[in-house]
Amino acid sequence: MRIGVVTFPGSLDDADARHAVRIVGHEPVALWHADGDLDGVDAVVLPGGFSYGDYLRCGAVAHQAPIMGAVGAFAARGGPVLGICNGFQVLCEAGLLPGALLRNEGLRFVCRDVGLTVERTETPWTAGYRQDQRIVIPAKHGEGRYVADEATLDALEAEGRIVVRYLPGQNPNGSLRDIAGVSNAAGNVVGLMPHPEHAVDPQLIGGTDGRAMFAALAVAGV
Amino acid sequence: MPRIAVDVLLKREILDPQGRAVEDALPGLGHEGVREVRVGKHLELVVDAEGEDLAARVDAMCTGFLTNPVIESYRWRVIEEDERADG
Repeated sequence: MRIGVVTFPGSLDDADARHAVRIVGHEPVALWHADGDLDGVDAVVLPGGFSYGDYLRCGAVAHQAPIMGAVGAFAARGGPVLGICNGFQVLCEAGLLPGALLRNEGLRFVCRDVGLTVERTETPWTAGYRQDQRIVIPAKHGEGRYVADEATLDALEAEGRIVVRYLPGQNPNGSLRDIAGVSNAAGNVVGLMPHPEHAVDPQLIGGTDGRAMFAALAVAGV
Repeated sequence: MPRIAVDVLLKREILDPQGRAVEDALPGLGHEGVREVRVGKHLELVVDAEGEDLAARVDAMCTGFLTNPVIESYRWRVIEEDERADG
């Protein structure tokens, strides 16, 4: 399976995302923000970092990049799209996911492992986890406080679109309802703040709970 | 060409930790009796348009790019040279 990883100017975690794709046996395909198409990939990852310096707002400039037109069309056709950290912010700015990500409530950049519960497994990215499985992966962000209006939050809960939630007491940023990641209505577009691509190789920082997020594409039969 | 000032704040119902931190710092600096501090952005831009066209273009820029309507609200006005915030 060929999985595209988009590099924007200022992306940091694109190489780690390609490494995660490779380590679970898929073929990583490097995509560039100025590209007009997705090179026929089977799935797309928008990685973490500080695209375009995060000027104006996180993801505000990146979501206007030429490749995002192709990502939007791919998502509309049901193609699997995963946004991690800055990629999540880009998807929210693009309107492909609801809500927005704001400055952490504590005003500090956080960089630590966080415990999550996988609450939605019917997505191409989380099909490899058990319902309500607890996983530990790193979070590292200054602007990860998930915010949406009450009606949107209620709808997300009712429709089972909260994909991952911080374990009680482990919410690092003040996200409403401990939300760490959400999906679109169809489930093919998923965004989350913590970094599964940094938890795939036990020889690096330890832990492999992130692997299933990249391996899941095969489970989901994409 | 008209110079436009745009003021952007997080919507009232959204927690503004920056504003809260500033508010908490003020009494310690001798500034008592200050409430409801909100921290936002002020943008200035010169736009080559007039009248209704100007309003339509500024609103389109504000809602489509300069602000995120999910979290922010804004107001804009035409300002004179001596009203520039950058002195």
